[in-house]
Amino acid sequence: MKIGRRGFLSFVIGGAAGSALSPLPWKLMDDSSIWSQMWPWTPVPPDGEASYVNSVCTLCPGGCGITVRKIDDRAVKIEGMKGHPVNNGGICLLGLSGLQLLYGPTRVKSPLKRIGERGQGKWEKISWEEAISAVVEKLGDIRSKGQSHTVGFISGSDRGSIPRLFERFLTAYGSPNLMQMPSIRDSYELTLRMMQGVQALPGFDLENSNFILSFGSGILDGWGSPVRMFRANSSWQRADVKIIQIEPRLSNTAAKSNKWIPINPGTEAALAMGLAHVIIKESLYNNDFISNYAKGFYDWERLVMDKYSPDSVAAITGIDDTTIDTLARSFASASRPLAICGRGDGTTPVSLNECMAVHALNALVGNINKKGGVWAVSDLDYINWPEVEMDATAAVGMQYERLDGARSRRYPNSRYLLNRLPDSILSEAPYPLQALFVADANPLYTLSDTENAGKAFEKIPFVVSFSSYMDETAQHADLILPNHVFLERYEDVPAPVGLLQPFISLSKPVVKPQVNTKHVGDVVIQMAKGLGGSVANAFPWDSYDTCLKETMGNKWTPLIEEGFWSETESITQTLEKLFDTNSGKFEFVNPDKGSMPQFKPAGIEGDERLYPLVLIPYDSIRLASGYIGTPPFVVKTVEDTVLIGEHVFVEINPITARSAGLREGQRALLSTPKGKAEVKIHLFDGIMPGIIALPRGLGHTAYDDYLAGKGINFNALIGPVEDPDSGMDAAWGIRAKLTKA
Amino acid sequence: MSTLDDHGKEIIKKQNNGSGGAIIILFFILGVFASLIVGWVIFPKLLYSQKKQPIDFNHVIHVAEVENGCESCHFLRKDGTFSGAPKLEQCVDCHEEIQGVDPDEIKFVEEYVSKGREVPWLVYARQPDCVFFSHAAHIKGGEMDCVTCHGHIGESESLRVYEENRITGYSRDIWGKSIGGFKKNTWDRMKMDDCAECHQITAANIEKTGIKTPTNRLIDDIINVISPWSLSTAKGSSVQTERDACFVCHK
Repeated sequence: MKIGRRGFLSFVIGGAAGSALSPLPWKLMDDSSIWSQMWPWTPVPPDGEASYVNSVCTLCPGGCGITVRKIDDRAVKIEGMKGHPVNNGGICLLGLSGLQLLYGPTRVKSPLKRIGERGQGKWEKISWEEAISAVVEKLGDIRSKGQSHTVGFISGSDRGSIPRLFERFLTAYGSPNLMQMPSIRDSYELTLRMMQGVQALPGFDLENSNFILSFGSGILDGWGSPVRMFRANSSWQRADVKIIQIEPRLSNTAAKSNKWIPINPGTEAALAMGLAHVIIKESLYNNDFISNYAKGFYDWERLVMDKYSPDSVAAITGIDDTTIDTLARSFASASRPLAICGRGDGTTPVSLNECMAVHALNALVGNINKKGGVWAVSDLDYINWPEVEMDATAAVGMQYERLDGARSRRYPNSRYLLNRLPDSILSEAPYPLQALFVADANPLYTLSDTENAGKAFEKIPFVVSFSSYMDETAQHADLILPNHVFLERYEDVPAPVGLLQPFISLSKPVVKPQVNTKHVGDVVIQMAKGLGGSVANAFPWDSYDTCLKETMGNKWTPLIEEGFWSETESITQTLEKLFDTNSGKFEFVNPDKGSMPQFKPAGIEGDERLYPLVLIPYDSIRLASGYIGTPPFVVKTVEDTVLIGEHVFVEINPITARSAGLREGQRALLSTPKGKAEVKIHLFDGIMPGIIALPRGLGHTAYDDYLAGKGINFNALIGPVEDPDSGMDAAWGIRAKLTKA
Repeated sequence: MSTLDDHGKEIIKKQNNGSGGAIIILFFILGVFASLIVGWVIFPKLLYSQKKQPIDFNHVIHVAEVENGCESCHFLRKDGTFSGAPKLEQCVDCHEEIQGVDPDEIKFVEEYVSKGREVPWLVYARQPDCVFFSHAAHIKGGEMDCVTCHGHIGESESLRVYEENRITGYSRDIWGKSIGGFKKNTWDRMKMDDCAECHQITAANIEKTGIKTPTNRLIDDIINVISPWSLSTAKGSSVQTERDACFVCHK
């Protein structure tokens, strides 16, 4: 039988009719709609049992309590912990994005040994046994040559049991060179030591103050413990508290304050002295405090009255004398005024004079250790390990002068001066550094003049990084021994600097270690055991967990259950007990050094003729500028006037831009005595003419594609300016010029 | 010659015309049958892949051992979420050591229990990701039995083959075993129409939500066009359901 055209057509028509009576078209329609609504490549989070783990965030020094929501074994969300003394349920953008640092691509997944040139990025995966024995061998070698003092350790902080283990290791090994990353805390500690004779942390009773005078402190830009500051700010807004922000740029903090007073950058101390002048002249100071609890006031008064009249201060600061008069009167007449300092997010110190001048303002109005005032808070003394028994090598090593010059004859009261380390390494004075360990810090990104710091690192024969991430410092190390990230490890976290009530929070493992990492505490204990002798004897613990549990004693159970532990009785120091100076009083003039609060212009680098502009940094809560790199979620929130694609914007006043012939969005070459970089122009009325500003926290060369190569690193364009009184880096800016690209 | 030829052709034509109609009908019927066979028999075989569960499981033995029926292993958690297929945690109490000689039991203990790996069960009743379904609302609020939706799985002695839809990736149980969508029992299908079956009637403990299934919706729309006055005009927050918003049941 021949199938003709008609036959075929009727077969097809019959087929179509039959299909309509079969489930095929209807089922396919249904399935394709299900498929298109749930593309198989769209990730679907697996279902499971929900649970919550209380811990503490250590991504910044803010120390917020966190509650991590888990589905089965996976952490899915970080929330603020309700009832925690720092944040009571609040959380910041960085903390919220912390999971990306746990599961993200930038983690170092196992111990690594460099096989190529430094910084080339060629690594070999090695086992933990190999890694630790390599370190032990190197350290043993250095020690056997009697050069134990040539080993250094950079830590993010010196508080809590982990930095104390580092310190203990160095002491038993025989090196005085433990350094911590600098911050405004260093300036405040030194000020409290100079004026009150105490070794204490500053505590600010912000919540009870009703007049905030901020000398450039980014209250909403990361200063202090950020979530606590947001909460304090909200309570001020409700209670109609006056916030006066003094800084050259209209920051978020300035925009939310009651009054923004633009000031010539670096002249904050002069303004503080000018305010003191008005307060003293008009007898607005707290007579009780000055007569009964202060010493040296009359000497200081003479200096203030001679040199800091509103007229002369107006000439220095660019703020007119009536504003100074009014400000001084309103500050002194407020019932609980508070003056604070530390520019931006407070990760850089200020000059000792500036901090002392601001602190003296608080003393003038008598709000030292008073409700709404500044307190000297002693850290909880809970780490009571037996004294290290040093052998002869260690005893000799510990006698050496520190490489950074802290606690030396020149800077006897400064405890750490990391900013001085690169020059000391390069000049090999007082001795060359042979090995350096870095934990919870990224100095090759955060130190001023990164190029110089890089050169210094090149000179160190052996660099070990404990970083969990492939950051700039890890990239230039010889060995990387990756630490667990904060959601995988135990760690005691003392109350953040700035809070009044001392307490301890406990960081707990929320999930199992995701990659082949090891707790840095365990690594240090194993290093000590590997070295043997008195070094091993100083570490009687099997593991860091045992060490922590023993250290905490009866605090362990409340720490596990509540997430934090605090002393039941609050701090009730009286003024008499507070001052540990020879006079037992608040010293306006330090008797040993004869120094007193004043304004000494801290020069900045660069010739005005070559570099007509002044470049200053600014901080934002949307960019992390310290050890932790900004996670992808947070980078997405950065405005298009700060970063667009890979280009960063430099803020410039329209008047300055016009005279330089620069337009909005135009590309320009920004050069300073330290470096050059291409930027885009953003005209901004909120910055003083003649000044330009760049955000900090960008320009990483390390980390992942979400962060690396975006913008420029401010620290590469600025160099340190050593404060002659403290040795700290008091640079607040650098001279710069902009030329059309 | 030509007439003959013409005549001859005519005859052939006529003959062709007579048997041609029958052939067309024949081919039409063939087409109908072929497509019916494809649609009803071959298509389902092509659409679903057959997958074996990682190990076999006997519900009868386990139900006899436990006190609380299905809820002994498939329970509601404290927060009201449903635990679904049991985790190793529930099994290890009895299965830390190998019980008996069944090869699946040996495999379970050796491959999963001792290695601490969860069994990757293939879940017959897993709904597409867009569906939000609360077991608590139905078991506690609606006081429904497991059998109403899941059938007599608790009486099974071994696990049947899991059939996965090659297009959507979901289980065949959602559409139902019958490719035509026919059902005899409440547990034969788990599509939205089947949810609506209960939610459209008013009975004890069942709240009438007035959900419109796609089919009902179409019929209502037609009625609405023909006689707009005959349907109630009560409207809720959602245009689609005229009652509640879609996200009550859909993610």
